[in-house]
Amino acid sequence: MKLTVNGTAHEVDADPSTPLLYVLRNDLGLNGAKFGCGLGQCGACTVMVDGKAVFSCLTPVMLLEDREIKTVEGLGTIDNPGPMQTAFIEEQAAQCGYCIPGMMMRAQSILEANPDATDDELRHGLEPNLCRCGTHMRILRAVSKARTLMKSASAAPAVERA
Amino acid sequence: MNISTPLNATRRGFLAGTGALVVSFAIPAVAQEGEVATPATPAPQNPDLPGSLAETPSLDAWIRIDANGKVTVFTGKVELGQGTKTALRQIAAEELEMDPASIELITADTGQTPNEGYTAGSQTIQNSGTAIRHASAEVREIMIRQASEKLGIPAEDLRAENGRIVASDGRTLGYGEIVADDLLHVDATGNVPLKSPDSYHAIGKPFARVDIPAKVTGGAAFVQDLRPEGMLHARLVRPPTYTARLVEIDEDAITSMPGVVTLVRDGDFLAVIAEQEFQAITAMRAAYATAKWDEKENLPDQNDIPAFLESAVSETGSVASVGAESVSGARTLQAQFTRPYQMHGSIGPSAAIALFENDAMTVWTHTQGVYPDRDALAEMLDLPPEKVRCIHVEGSGCYGHNGADDAAADAALIAKWLPGKPIRVQWTREQEHLWEPYGAGMLTRVSATLDDSGKIVDWRYDLWSNSHSTRPGSAGSLMAARLMGRHFQLEPAKLQISPSGNGDRNAIPLYDIPNQRVNWHFVPDMPVRVSALRGLGAYCNIFSLESFMDELAEAAETDPVEFRLRHMTDPRARTVIETAAEKFGWSDDPLPQGRGRGFAFAQYKNHAAYLAIALEAAVDRETGIVKISHVACAVDCGEAVAPDAIINQTEGGIIQSMSWTLYEAVQFDRTRIQSPDWSAYPIARFSAIPDSIEVAVVDNPGTPYLGVAEAAQGPTGAAIGNAFRHATGKRIHDLPFTRERVKTVLGV
Ligand code: FES
Ligand code: FES
Repeated sequence: MKLTVNGTAHEVDADPSTPLLYVLRNDLGLNGAKFGCGLGQCGACTVMVDGKAVFSCLTPVMLLEDREIKTVEGLGTIDNPGPMQTAFIEEQAAQCGYCIPGMMMRAQSILEANPDATDDELRHGLEPNLCRCGTHMRILRAVSKARTLMKSASAAPAVERA
Repeated sequence: MNISTPLNATRRGFLAGTGALVVSFAIPAVAQEGEVATPATPAPQNPDLPGSLAETPSLDAWIRIDANGKVTVFTGKVELGQGTKTALRQIAAEELEMDPASIELITADTGQTPNEGYTAGSQTIQNSGTAIRHASAEVREIMIRQASEKLGIPAEDLRAENGRIVASDGRTLGYGEIVADDLLHVDATGNVPLKSPDSYHAIGKPFARVDIPAKVTGGAAFVQDLRPEGMLHARLVRPPTYTARLVEIDEDAITSMPGVVTLVRDGDFLAVIAEQEFQAITAMRAAYATAKWDEKENLPDQNDIPAFLESAVSETGSVASVGAESVSGARTLQAQFTRPYQMHGSIGPSAAIALFENDAMTVWTHTQGVYPDRDALAEMLDLPPEKVRCIHVEGSGCYGHNGADDAAADAALIAKWLPGKPIRVQWTREQEHLWEPYGAGMLTRVSATLDDSGKIVDWRYDLWSNSHSTRPGSAGSLMAARLMGRHFQLEPAKLQISPSGNGDRNAIPLYDIPNQRVNWHFVPDMPVRVSALRGLGAYCNIFSLESFMDELAEAAETDPVEFRLRHMTDPRARTVIETAAEKFGWSDDPLPQGRGRGFAFAQYKNHAAYLAIALEAAVDRETGIVKISHVACAVDCGEAVAPDAIINQTEGGIIQSMSWTLYEAVQFDRTRIQSPDWSAYPIARFSAIPDSIEVAVVDNPGTPYLGVAEAAQGPTGAAIGNAFRHATGKRIHDLPFTRERVKTVLGV
């Protein structure tokens, strides 16, 4: 079957009931989405599907043909990090970092839907995602910084055009 | 912030980077102590040398320089998310006069690095950091001496700069040009002066963590991310209880499932191995559904842990006995506190990869101790230790002895059945919740006497607890070894009273109290599996002590901060107490109904970091919800190598301890553990996170490093208890402060 991940179409050979998480990690070699519980309780596996945050551990690939899947790898690269990634690096918002890609994808989905989401809305929106290291304060700082960086990033091309 | 080019080992491809064993290398062959009660560290060869140089004195065990001037630093410690990889580079770079980012750092690998036992007890910077600091200074001096000979210039006219030796006449020599074969194969002297704090360029400076860029961009950062060529996926089928025996499993039904390579059965150890991960999961589920086990009732009553602990005492150890046996005073108070079993609960369940090839086992593991784990694995596998290599790769956050060593054993046991195939074991969430060793349940009783002037004149403290460490060293610590046909047994737990403490960690109050009796009533039986969880006994002991200090302050009609200062002469302790109070804006001004302030202090282990915390909590009587609104904390851990990492870890410790204190208790009936996931064992989510947490680092440049990573656990719990008391007039003595308990205590 065909899956579109981070803008690239992939032909994958997997049982249609396989949760997206395992296809991303094993078939496509993408490390961003993490296995945390497989139960929809922790958010470590969060990715975006058509702009919405979903638990990839619970979403079988058969539901995902012709949908746009985005993982943390789709936000930028280590040499050219996107706004969300830059915000997390600048705020040093990680301890072990295992929960972080899931946090970033959920925050990204909130901010893509509402670029002006308030700090309270961001905090509330992150509720499904667990962090055991207690990095919450920094994660919150990073996502509000990302809000600012995303705005200037989306403003930049407009300036160039003008 | 100085964001250096990340030295990202993971980008080079994992197996390629660690495949070759380095030979001719100065790792001493050391005997492990193999004691369950203390982490296994090698015996000192030269006890006078600083930090871990005492056990591993040779400079080239720590630092090597190649002909191109590339400097590689080796540590036996591991990254657990505490920023070690960055902080140790900063330390080496300081004395070697280099950019931290230009230094390569190799962490725990029995094939390459010194044996530093476990990365535990907040001792990485204290032990490894101190060793690397001194080794780096000695290497720098050796470089200067050599350059002096080569250039014919007196050493006084040479200095190190940017990885080179620079002469006053402008000539320079790179470290790579100076280094010769055995130059660094000498023992440290311990006599080389360290740089003075006013000339630091790396220590104490903000430095971006080297591991973060890969972690936020999908780099292979964790053991869970390794996918060696030809890897097979294994899933375990654990018994329903610790001691259940496998009666029956329809092996053919499982092995005939799609993709299943085999089913490994060794006694009560059961695992399915498949080509693809989801195939392994599907087969595992089928095996869980059909395997029949014989289980017994042998867990204690969860609702009466004190009764179990009191009934199972084997011996009582005196932790402290100071001053007079009996003292009379104005007033005697007493109280009892309990703590349930609590989990590490890493967000990523344990995992490992093992490969058995040419009669040798290699295991990639997120263990905290590659050497002790290697010895335990060798015993289990019936292999000589030199045929087992353990390579540390990061796992999800580690807060003590979790499932890491077990997963390594699971992978190794399976790999031995399937030579030539890398075997990846990934625990499920339920396995992590049910099978990790928990932080031990505890009971404490305290009584104290105040004199007429409101000073504590007598202190009695009794605690009941298991040992808080059942770490490997021997096979019986590994779950796979216990389940397999040979049924290794856990070594019997022994009571040990040591300066760092175990169940008795921080049982002795740091305050000036003339007469003290502190006893540990030792419980050897461990029907619920326990081991080291961040802080060991310190969390419950400090919760008890510091809750009780507030009770005494009230009896003495004194402000709690004032009362603590009255009993404290240590100037560093006083400074953190005063700093936390000041940052918080401590006062006795009235607060709105249902809100309260709480304060607590401890010096972790009574010899590591000093930490004081003040916080405000709101208690909702109707729902029983306790919400912490803001927190101020002051911490002194000696010279602050990486202040941002100290703040990060302290914030994390505060939030984790808040979660333990408000929500967490392992659930069980008389047969099974009953909290297999996050719904049965809830932890703090964003809605519970305080509005602000301020951490002030009290820096003491030039003073020894003091372990800090676990310092917040105890004081945070006590400060919450004290804030609850202030808000409601009631004290909760039993952890955690669940909504039901809050409502019961408030009579709602
Ligand atoms: S792994 Fe998907 S929610 Fe936990
Ligand atoms: S940073 Fe470790 S779980 Fe969030």
